Amino acid sequence: MSIDREEVKHIALLSRLELSEEEVDLYTGHLDGILNYVEKLKSIDVSHVEPMSHAIPMFNVLREDEIQPSLSSHEALENAPDREFPYFRVPRVTE
Amino acid sequence: MTEPYELTAWQSVEYMQKQELSARELVDSVLSRIDQVEGKIHAYHTVMRERAETTASQIDARRASGDDLPPWAGVPIAIKDNICLRDFTTTCSSKMLENFIPPYDASVVTKINAAGLIPIGKTNMDEFAMGSSTENSAFGRTCNPWDLTRVPGGSSGGSTAAVSADETILAIGSDTGGSIRQPAAFCSVTGFKPTYGRISRYGLVAFASSLDQIGPITKDAKDAAGLLNILAGHDPCDSTSINQPVPDYLAALTGDVKGIRLGIPKEYFIEGINAEVKETVEQAAKVYEQLGASCVEISLPHTEYAIATYYMICTAEASSNLARYDGVVYGYRCEQQNNIVDMYCKTRSEGFGPEVKRRIMLGTYVLSAGFYDAYYRRAQKIRTLIQQDFDAAFQSVDAVLCPATPSPPFKAGEKVDDPLEMYLSDVFTAPLNLAGLPGIAIPGGFSADGLPIGIQLIGPALCESILLNLSYSFQLETDYHKKKPVL
Repeated sequence: MSIDREEVKHIALLSRLELSEEEVDLYTGHLDGILNYVEKLKSIDVSHVEPMSHAIPMFNVLREDEIQPSLSSHEALENAPDREFPYFRVPRVTE
Repeated sequence: MTEPYELTAWQSVEYMQKQELSARELVDSVLSRIDQVEGKIHAYHTVMRERAETTASQIDARRASGDDLPPWAGVPIAIKDNICLRDFTTTCSSKMLENFIPPYDASVVTKINAAGLIPIGKTNMDEFAMGSSTENSAFGRTCNPWDLTRVPGGSSGGSTAAVSADETILAIGSDTGGSIRQPAAFCSVTGFKPTYGRISRYGLVAFASSLDQIGPITKDAKDAAGLLNILAGHDPCDSTSINQPVPDYLAALTGDVKGIRLGIPKEYFIEGINAEVKETVEQAAKVYEQLGASCVEISLPHTEYAIATYYMICTAEASSNLARYDGVVYGYRCEQQNNIVDMYCKTRSEGFGPEVKRRIMLGTYVLSAGFYDAYYRRAQKIRTLIQQDFDAAFQSVDAVLCPATPSPPFKAGEKVDDPLEMYLSDVFTAPLNLAGLPGIAIPGGFSADGLPIGIQLIGPALCESILLNLSYSFQLETDYHKKKPVL
């Protein structure tokens, strides 16, 4: 086993996902199968290989810090599930 | 003239310029085709009927008054539903974004509008572009026009099915690990993923940002060249877009491939590949040889590691990108909540479908403390080796010829319970996303059962022209791309 039920529950919590007990079983099976398949990557010697995060080399893409048109507060709030202009409304965060 | 909806973009433009066809007639014809077959196919999430009719009439009025219009003005185009288009929902086929109306246009949509193309609808897809069958849509699956019991491929299966069924003239999709090319092969249309960064991603809902790329889905290579001319180019809104001149892709279509060296990677023909797919590639190689190109066997030694590498990297990036769906700024929010963390958890659990949850958890796992080096970091290093394989191959050949998929389109439901089996359908398409390279899938033939089989061509970075010319030349010699499904 590459991953067990307890680890899946922990990962779900980190991912901010709530799983039923049945879902924990289901995803444990799927993730274990995928991670077993991925084991094949461990057979390659990568000690002298540089990691790649981006296929096209690009560094420090900069522009002048100029004010440009942007969304109005109204437009930015338009899709909010709950709002009170000019704010997004969320459940109480502090006790 | 045949029914206008059957035309390619170039053909329709010719009729419109000769004033034998109006933009409104073309749009009406496509809309009537949608009315006729959409019940069977379900390619679209939204059909933008009124907007398309109004835009077409405006274009006709401008043309009548002698305005100088862009050459492709009036041609309908379908847009994958993960690309933002102002005032219409962009759902990513997810309950999470079911009611999301973007307040801005993606840069490609701005270019489409400026070119006078007419957005005709938003197409169905695998949720957040995660899938290879368009079965992972919160709004129902899309059917393959060639056999309604089979999948159209994915995740751009709505766009490829729409082009194949003549429910649009042009379409665009996005390709992270094959999501344009695999469904193009399954639906017998032309699907092109350009070099990473060649087309702006601004306004494309992010899945895996180092891999995602928008590209054309068309009835033939000539239309793909024309559409790429419209879409390609640097965009200050996308810091990863390439700031280099864009050639005229149409000018590259000479039909002459004499002396071009094609490499056929031996690693793409081992275990599990369908015999008819293999034959189709061999037949394509013969066509190219008759046209004066040469075909040689090459090696891409790390091919067998590509899928594992791809799923480590794309899920890691997805877990980070999809953290934004928290029920605060836009998208779905759960009904009842005890506190803010409870709101995040319920919102995400109710808003995301099973494949999205699976990938978020896998990505979270490979990035988590204790596993980062063993999985994610190692995958990034193997990504380097996969790119080096291609670099080495392109020392001796101009392009790679290979299958697009390991099999013809599979049955709906066949792979839904086995995610790994589904992932392996990207085995020939994902390697070049890792390397950032352009790749095109074109119709290569049909199985004995009449199912589409695609071939794929891969080129060095920014060598889109050679791929388009190879595809165009193949399509001058063959007529697979002209065959239509019976609906």
